[in-house]
Amino acid sequence: MDTFLGRYKNLIVLAAILFAQIIALAVQVRRPAQEGETRLIRLWAISAVTPIEKGVVHSQEWVQSLFTNYAYLRGVRRENRQLKAEIERMKIDQARFDEDARMARRIQALIAFKEQYVDSTVAAQVIGTSGSEQSRVLYIDKGSDDGIKTDMAVITPTGIVGKVVQVFPDASQVLPINDQFSGVGAALKDSRLQGILKGAPNGATTLQYVMSDEKVVPGEEVITSGGDRIFPKGLPVGKVASVEPGKDLFLNIRVVPSSRLDQLEEVLVVTKITEKLPDAKDLGPLRASDILAERLPSVPKTEVDAAGNAKPGATPGTAAGTAGTHPPATTPGTHPPTGTAATHPANGTASTKPPAAGTTTNKPAATTTPRTTVPGATGTGGAVKPKPVKPPSASPTTSNPNPGTDSGGDVSRPAPRQAAPAPETAPSTAPEQSTTPPAGPPQL
Amino acid sequence: MSTRVMPFRGSLTSREQVSVYEFSWLAIIFIPLIAVLIQIFIPVKVRFLPIIDLPFMVTIFFATARRNPISGCITGCIIGVMQDLFAGPNHPLGMYGIALTIIGFLASSLGLKIDVENPGSRFLITYIFFVIHQGVYYGVAHGLLREGLQWSWSHTAISALANAVIGIFVFRFLDRFKQR
Repeated sequence: MDTFLGRYKNLIVLAAILFAQIIALAVQVRRPAQEGETRLIRLWAISAVTPIEKGVVHSQEWVQSLFTNYAYLRGVRRENRQLKAEIERMKIDQARFDEDARMARRIQALIAFKEQYVDSTVAAQVIGTSGSEQSRVLYIDKGSDDGIKTDMAVITPTGIVGKVVQVFPDASQVLPINDQFSGVGAALKDSRLQGILKGAPNGATTLQYVMSDEKVVPGEEVITSGGDRIFPKGLPVGKVASVEPGKDLFLNIRVVPSSRLDQLEEVLVVTKITEKLPDAKDLGPLRASDILAERLPSVPKTEVDAAGNAKPGATPGTAAGTAGTHPPATTPGTHPPTGTAATHPANGTASTKPPAAGTTTNKPAATTTPRTTVPGATGTGGAVKPKPVKPPSASPTTSNPNPGTDSGGDVSRPAPRQAAPAPETAPSTAPEQSTTPPAGPPQL
Repeated sequence: MSTRVMPFRGSLTSREQVSVYEFSWLAIIFIPLIAVLIQIFIPVKVRFLPIIDLPFMVTIFFATARRNPISGCITGCIIGVMQDLFAGPNHPLGMYGIALTIIGFLASSLGLKIDVENPGSRFLITYIFFVIHQGVYYGVAHGLLREGLQWSWSHTAISALANAVIGIFVFRFLDRFKQR
């Protein structure tokens, strides 16, 4: 026996170590950690390592800034000229965008279209990765001490990055959108086709569950659909790189993310999303065309009662308005060209569809027929079932009327608005959402 | 410095004896730790670094230098589990552990039989063991855990080549910590 053990000692030790690890694997597979739960050994390891990483990253930045600040100063005059020219160009664009935004807000206010704003964000630094090709998780230097919670969206100015999956006191783990376990509700910007953006083991991102009979053009932008209840609607995701027929009647759409996921250094964690109706009070003066439209005999006049409900006036067309099926326009000049208000009389008095009261189930008026197949995006990469829904017709526009406020070192930035989505599943802990009850119909 | 020599059993080299190196406790603790730290930190700055597997190289280095299969197994197991700890919530502990345990055992067993001191043999060892490492990892992920990993020969070959080239320099650097 001793001879046997002595002779095969090495193999026995190898077999014992392997057996122990396989048993450990089996236990983990049988009893996986719950959502947001961290195994103690991981917590210890990450808590021990993150201060070192933070120290290295911050000291490296400090040294780097010493050199780069001087280099920046040398080219600052030329850059200043370029920036001024760019500002002039952007002012012209801004004027046009402002006008579009006002019009969009008037339409949104008419149909009680709720918007979501990225109210506050926390800037964080990427301090580490998983270190392997099979897992693409990132570590950021902000944790529960800074108000970070699981399932919060992580973005950059150029596009979305991922979501927080584990939170430690002074660090968090982020699951990027190109990880194989990631899933994000996404939509094509122009065609409004919706699907789920999923990662792959090789780091590629594909938009899945778009029917193969749809036409998708390479180069088309992909934005968040808001269906996962993690990312606000309309944030840039990436661009379509290639479209191939996939299996099971779906297209295989490869997407190049807008954010450079392999070179991330600073990110923003969305800590608060505010949801409210657009404020239509300060939309600026009426245009001449609005006044003209008011005087046209074909446009019925609408009164607003004390309760805030829009009443069709005693003008031709009242009967139709009170029937609730074709309410008149509330405000001159705000007639949606395709009959948007007519199909959704959100604020009509005798309408069959009363105004929504503080819920997130308001759907934007659908001016197009449903032509998309939308799986319920889970945001967690779970199995999803395709489900046809109506795409929103009133898409978000450019400017945010209510930019977020800074608080306690938070960084706020405006974000595109979102129509209230109707997802199949919601994350266990979504970012904090404050819902403002809808006001009466806006005085335009 | 003390030298310990071990007779070859079925040696494939012309040498009759091979040195068994030892390391200080500091080196044994901190070299793997720093390798794992670099592995999780550097890809933030250098985008191609996930291809380079420093903990894998350290495992081979310790295993071939100490030439003891049992210590090779244990070193590989510890380094692999350390790598697993940082690989994310969806990555079960033990996947890298199993792969590096086997690599540690094979490398130390091979170190008993051939000369692993010159750059040529180090290049070959690193190249071949990297392919085996990837194969074991894929086998564990696909066979035991049913994860949908995709095996790519070209990617594995390129990664193995990169690791083998970098490994020559890493081993040369780590040679400084050897104690005869």
